[in-house]
Amino acid sequence: MANVTLEKVTKVYSNGFEAVHGIDLEIKDGEFMVMVGPSGCAKSTTLRMLAGLESISGGKIHIGQTPVNNLAPKDRGIAMVFQNYALYPHMTVRENLGFGLKLARLDKATIDQYVNEAAELLEITPLLDRLPRQLSGGQAQRVAVGRAIVKKPSVFLFDEPLSNLDAKLRASMRVRISDLHKRLKDSNQSATTVYVTHDQTEAMTMGDRICVMKDGHIMQVDTPANLYKSPANLFVAGFIGAPEMNFIDANLIKTDDGLVQVSFAGQTISIEQKKAEKINAAHHESVIFGIRPEFIHLATDESPKDQVVTGKVVRLENMGSEFYVYLMLGDKQFCARIPAAVVEEQLSQSLDSDVSFYFDTSHCHIFNQETEENISL
Amino acid sequence: MTDQATQNQTVNYTAMQINQEVKRTLRKERINAAIRYGVLLLTGLIMLYPLAWMVSAAFKPNYEIFTSMSLIPKEFSWDGFINGWKTGTEYTFARFFLNTFAYVIPKVILTVISSTIVAFGFARFDIPFKKFWFTTLIATILLPQSVLLIPQYLMFREMGMLDSYMPLYLPMAFATQGFFVFMLIQFLRGLPTDMEEAAMIDGCNSFQLLWYIVVPILKPAIISVALFQFMWSVNDFLGPLIYISSVEKYPIALALKLSIDVTEGAQWNEILAMASIAIVPSIVVFLIAQNYFIEGVTAGGVKG
Ligand SMILES: Nc1ncnc2c1ncn2[C@@H]1O[C@H](COP(=O)(O)OP(=O)(O)OP(=O)(O)O)[C@@H](O)[C@H]1O
Ligand SMILES: [Mg+2]
Repeated sequence: MANVTLEKVTKVYSNGFEAVHGIDLEIKDGEFMVMVGPSGCAKSTTLRMLAGLESISGGKIHIGQTPVNNLAPKDRGIAMVFQNYALYPHMTVRENLGFGLKLARLDKATIDQYVNEAAELLEITPLLDRLPRQLSGGQAQRVAVGRAIVKKPSVFLFDEPLSNLDAKLRASMRVRISDLHKRLKDSNQSATTVYVTHDQTEAMTMGDRICVMKDGHIMQVDTPANLYKSPANLFVAGFIGAPEMNFIDANLIKTDDGLVQVSFAGQTISIEQKKAEKINAAHHESVIFGIRPEFIHLATDESPKDQVVTGKVVRLENMGSEFYVYLMLGDKQFCARIPAAVVEEQLSQSLDSDVSFYFDTSHCHIFNQETEENISL
Repeated sequence: MTDQATQNQTVNYTAMQINQEVKRTLRKERINAAIRYGVLLLTGLIMLYPLAWMVSAAFKPNYEIFTSMSLIPKEFSWDGFINGWKTGTEYTFARFFLNTFAYVIPKVILTVISSTIVAFGFARFDIPFKKFWFTTLIATILLPQSVLLIPQYLMFREMGMLDSYMPLYLPMAFATQGFFVFMLIQFLRGLPTDMEEAAMIDGCNSFQLLWYIVVPILKPAIISVALFQFMWSVNDFLGPLIYISSVEKYPIALALKLSIDVTEGAQWNEILAMASIAIVPSIVVFLIAQNYFIEGVTAGGVKG
């Protein structure tokens, strides 16, 4: 049982810089929690406070039922994997793995058994007698993960563990770590994990839940699917998803016959009925209209006439199975994801000419301009 | 046909040109290298001459030493070594060797231990007024040694430690060699702290951290410290001169001086023979530690 609770946790560095502004976060037992955010948003700081490598300036952190504010790192029941592995350069892989156990005064037979188990799990058994400098990046990374596993901690902490690996290796390590988490969980071992990354793919594919941070504040905590479908604010909407959601300043109009419309760049479109009912804004209010690239289609005869927008196609990017089609609306550039077959058939001659697009507004988002909250959930 | 021929000619011509150019460059490089090595060799010989002269003079009879510049003795003899080893005192030179090590070894050990601990503290812990303490440390490096002689002498007299080796090595237990502490601090600052953090999570307390992680990584720098301290201490003349008064406790440096002091014409071949022997420990220790030493002085950091 090791859930992790952060209550109004604050961090002020010795130079007076407030890096974390009273965040609350509840990580359930066995959960894989991913923390994402742009560089400098205090992900590492938060993780290091959890680990005990950084003092906690305010608030409380509990691991399980124990308040850990004043506990040394070694007494918190955690293990951490660092970005540049932090293997002990003068010890062999075997000694690296067993070091924590040796300090805990386990007997030699038990240490050997644990080390061999972990090595087998991570397929590093042939490397056990090498020194860290004789390992490749991916191997060193697996050793670093192994060093965390042997200790059987109640909470695993990862700080951008894959960012030094090349794309292919990263993808396979991603799967490996996810599998490992699942396996630990299935065998009823403690597997609560906090995983820091700035890589969206890692966040979306690995996390049970994702915590999106910005400038020392938590913007939203939810499952990957929910973050994508219902971002709570402009920041999350823009941060999650690639290519990014399209945004444009718009004017919200409520017509007499109960329709909700938005107008931008000299064009007006209606919001689909069900979505419209959820929007919490006044007539003529200035809002930000957002729509993801996959909800912009080429207009056909069946497209609802009041959701069609005309824009000039300025660029086509071939992604293989689909194209990113860039269109200009006023001075804003929008991106649409359109299947390659459709583009080749209908758009190949349309560069620099006006084309009609169907905005599927049942999947659009409306944000308040001041608070940047999503007001269409 | 003709076209082809002209083309061939051009090709040949350029090939020849290139060939010539390569030759010219090679010749230039060879001349440069010759000049470079010539200068280096000459400088090296000039620098080594006194040393070579000392060793060769040790094999000459006393009267020949100042009459010829030659490095090869006309009359080869071991007398210098045999008589020198006996010394003019009741002790053999072995005694003075042992005396030297009796204070050099504790001095080196204490220096290494205390400097490492203090450097670790400075580099890794938040100490109140750290800047002030660090400045003080630097100030002690700049302070001339001779300023401290009299107060230190008085202090050790009060403590009743005169004519013992204590005054020579005891201060080292308190990291008084600011230079070494400074050197280790700089080395530590260049190291990433991740490994130490990982070790803390693995369960190390501060001393375990120092012993299991920092010291092994710091090994090259620590060996440099030990080596410097060893060589400087073996050569130290002033310290023993001030604190050691009885001949039975004399280290090498004083013993050599002892033989020069005799009134009727000094036995230079004996002195030079013993001086030649006296530098052997330093050379041996240096050769053993050479690899580490060079790594420690030049690298200043270790790859993780
Ligand atoms: N020791 C320190 N003293 C003062 N400010 C610091 C210190 N360490 C970090 N900061 C500041 O705290 C903020 C958060 O830093 P942190 O390292 O947690 O960011 P991060 O989210 O991990 O970024 P990245 O993705 O680049 O690793 C940054 O603005 C940084 O400048
Ligand atoms: Mg970071």
